[in-house]
Amino acid sequence: MNGTVDTNKEVQKKNSLAWDTWKRLLKNKGAMFGLVFMVGLVLMAIFADFLYDYDTQVIAQNIQDRLIHPCMAHPFGTDEFGRDLLARIVHGSRMSLVVSFTSVAISLAVGGVLGAISGYFGGMIDDIIMRITDILLAIPMTLFAIVIVAALGPNTQNLALALAASSIPIFARLVRGSVITVRDVEYVEAARAIGANHFTIITKHILPNCMAPIIVQVTLRIATAIYNTAALSFLGMGVQAPAPEWGGLLAAGRSLIRDHSYLSVIPGLAIMLTVLALNLLGDGLRDALDPRLK
Amino acid sequence: MEKEYALNIEDLKVVYKTQHSVVHAVNSLDLKLEKGKALGLVGETGAGKTTTGLAVLGLVPNPPGIVERGSIFLNGRDVLKMNKKELRKIRGKEVSMIFQDPMTSLNPVLTVEEQISEVIRTHNKVNRKEALEKARQMLEMVGIPGERGSEYPHQFSGGMKQRVVIAIALACQPDVLIADEPTTALDVTIQAQVLEMMKALKEKYNTSMVMITHDLGIVAEICDEVSVMYAGHVVEHGTLEDIFDNTRHPYTRGLFDSLPNMEDRSQRLKPIKGLMPDPSNLPEGCAFCTRCAYATEQCEKVKPPRFWRNDTHYVECHLYSENDIQKGEVLKNE
Amino acid sequence: MLKYITRRILAMIPVVIGITFIVFMIMKMAPGDPARMILGDNATPEAVEALREEMGLNDNYLVQYGRYMINLCKGDMGTSYKNNRPVVDEVMTRVPATFKLAFVSAIVSILIAIPLGVLAAVKQGTLFDNASMVVSLIGISMPAFWLALMLMLKFSLQLKWFPVQGANDGWRSYVLPAIAIGFMNMAAIARTTRSSMLETIRQDYIRTARSKGISEQEVISHHAFRNALIPTVTIVGVQLGGLLGGAVLTETVFAWPGLGRLMVEAVNARDVPTVLGCIVILSIGFSIVNLVVDLLYGLIDPRVRTMYH
Repeated sequence: MNGTVDTNKEVQKKNSLAWDTWKRLLKNKGAMFGLVFMVGLVLMAIFADFLYDYDTQVIAQNIQDRLIHPCMAHPFGTDEFGRDLLARIVHGSRMSLVVSFTSVAISLAVGGVLGAISGYFGGMIDDIIMRITDILLAIPMTLFAIVIVAALGPNTQNLALALAASSIPIFARLVRGSVITVRDVEYVEAARAIGANHFTIITKHILPNCMAPIIVQVTLRIATAIYNTAALSFLGMGVQAPAPEWGGLLAAGRSLIRDHSYLSVIPGLAIMLTVLALNLLGDGLRDALDPRLK
Repeated sequence: MEKEYALNIEDLKVVYKTQHSVVHAVNSLDLKLEKGKALGLVGETGAGKTTTGLAVLGLVPNPPGIVERGSIFLNGRDVLKMNKKELRKIRGKEVSMIFQDPMTSLNPVLTVEEQISEVIRTHNKVNRKEALEKARQMLEMVGIPGERGSEYPHQFSGGMKQRVVIAIALACQPDVLIADEPTTALDVTIQAQVLEMMKALKEKYNTSMVMITHDLGIVAEICDEVSVMYAGHVVEHGTLEDIFDNTRHPYTRGLFDSLPNMEDRSQRLKPIKGLMPDPSNLPEGCAFCTRCAYATEQCEKVKPPRFWRNDTHYVECHLYSENDIQKGEVLKNE
Repeated sequence: MLKYITRRILAMIPVVIGITFIVFMIMKMAPGDPARMILGDNATPEAVEALREEMGLNDNYLVQYGRYMINLCKGDMGTSYKNNRPVVDEVMTRVPATFKLAFVSAIVSILIAIPLGVLAAVKQGTLFDNASMVVSLIGISMPAFWLALMLMLKFSLQLKWFPVQGANDGWRSYVLPAIAIGFMNMAAIARTTRSSMLETIRQDYIRTARSKGISEQEVISHHAFRNALIPTVTIVGVQLGGLLGGAVLTETVFAWPGLGRLMVEAVNARDVPTVLGCIVILSIGFSIVNLVVDLLYGLIDPRVRTMYH
């Protein structure tokens, strides 16, 4: 009878919870650095075309300007084809972010559904899904991604797919665990008692209450995805030249490292700072969402 | 004749300092425990009972806890003036504490005999084997077969775990035992068993005991004297008879009224209305004034002085004066 | 205990079967005809077809997988498409280099990380704690292959202390690759150790231990440390898996003659049997690490031990 009332109360509680979390997050300097950095990076990726024209400044070769060390005109220097490294880094952020956000979104969706089903229904379905994730988790993640790229062929799309597939088991595990802990609590039983169907119970009552670990994990997974995007591109198994990608830039700079080390140093710093920002944000979120810890 | 105190706490003040507030956990607390006696320390959750116990062992977690002033005389020596090494020497040897939740008070990765023998080895010159032997004797003493000593805490039930905790606390026959709600986490039937056992062991070793509890039934069962604590302060103190038959403080009366009456089951419970005041924002006067049916303007402003009804019984409440403290009818028996 | 170990080893078998099955099927999706690859573009369609038949490529995938598994049990991983040599020889000559490097870097990083984490927790809030946690945070964020390049730039190319590439210079060739691979593990393990130490120190049984009058050092080493190790062991297992996966990258940078580099070369050459062979070996290695981790759990945590019996 009062199912809706309960839900409303839950929502209100959730809102104040979100507010408290936000206030705690604001006090965490590291997390704020991470958040500001990421917002800046996303804005940079969105407006990359306004900063540098893709065809003329990022891709087109300009032999007379090749291998200029960092200076006023080219703060990050130029590469062996005379392309401005800053322009390529700026447009490279687009690649990294798109690939990692998509891959995490896919693995969250697929892994989340599998995990929710597994945790909610238990029994045979749970056994089967969990055995498969056990097996997938027994393959080191980077290797699994490499295998998929090797099979499908090296390009940006397959890279995203490979990264998504390799972290599906992690999300499945996580969501399953969260679902199991809230599956049998009273408000879920109450919902069941008033005859709500499985879909409603899972989406309205269970999932909102395991958001905290999922939010944290998503942040940290995006960090891993950025890392792996760079790693696979570095190996030549991801984004293909001449499209700019940080790992790819690093690979290109590698052969020139002796005399033009800035070509290796700067792309690596870009990767590291981004991963660092996400790690700080993820840590901060975890502390903010779970004030017991820290 | 001057009484001999095993434990004498005077004017103890403990605060917990966090970034945003200062929580006044214990406020000018006085507590006296005679040798060989049992004192009940009664009050609601959050009254500062556990903090008081921890302070006696010098274990108030710092940060955030700070002992601001006062003295805690244990066998005549002030615990608060001891250095770390001296403190370690008294812990487990002169004073032991039994903690509230037996489920979490034992280390899950060590066998129970190791955990008991550790305290024995710390305070006695015995080798490992002798200590383990003694540990098993202690287990037998608390009603657990000695050979179960090689098992781990998770293999024991809640009541058994609390027996183990008691064995640890009593292993070196401390002079003072502080029992912090030792039975709250246990089933009712087990509670009685454990209490019986504690009472017997206390007699056997002539241990002085502080029984921290919110259960007046337990107090009646094993204590000689009672201190009623509210918001970190003792508001009424006396012998069992003083407190049970000559209740003076409205808060103590409230505690009695919230007990179910077995003789007259038609009588309704009269819970104390309201909640404990925020310990980071205590009223200027009597801490109980916000919930007291008799509160006057004076109660809000001025700390009530201490009135002695007899040699053993005192109360801190504005309802009384030196003259009328003997008369009990101030509290209406609603 | 022995029974448990046997049971765990037996339980590894389906996992290995599962891994090979999944990887085998994924690799079957790879475009291109292996027979055509071996014979080159000038071969006649008839010759290609004959080779396909001979290699069993026309059979049902399940049949092919069954055959692969039977051969694998006999120690045969097939023949490389690239140079026609038995994959097992190629893989096995690379195994020691990879596992030696992984082992060295794992041991060193664990030996540094755990004391670091414990100390940081015990000295929570001090300069030492803050400094080591900043370093660890950078450590978990730094791409291992970039660190490898930077180390190479500074210590091999500029200072010339260590060889630039390869494994032919004794212990000196291990230093930079081991640091590059191990830094991230060290950082991650130190962070976990610290936070699980902090969590443990707050537990009631630590208060009980203190109330016995034992020294703070004993409280930490005897009571807190073993409990704090439980989550630490988990992260060590995870990290070692990452270490084997990360080998692919660092081995490429340092031209290390290990499985990782072999695999990258095989992927680029579409040499399916070699890729499969590398994955199987690395995954088995990872499974063994996980087995050891599980056994360590039992050693540390009696609650797990009773579950075996």
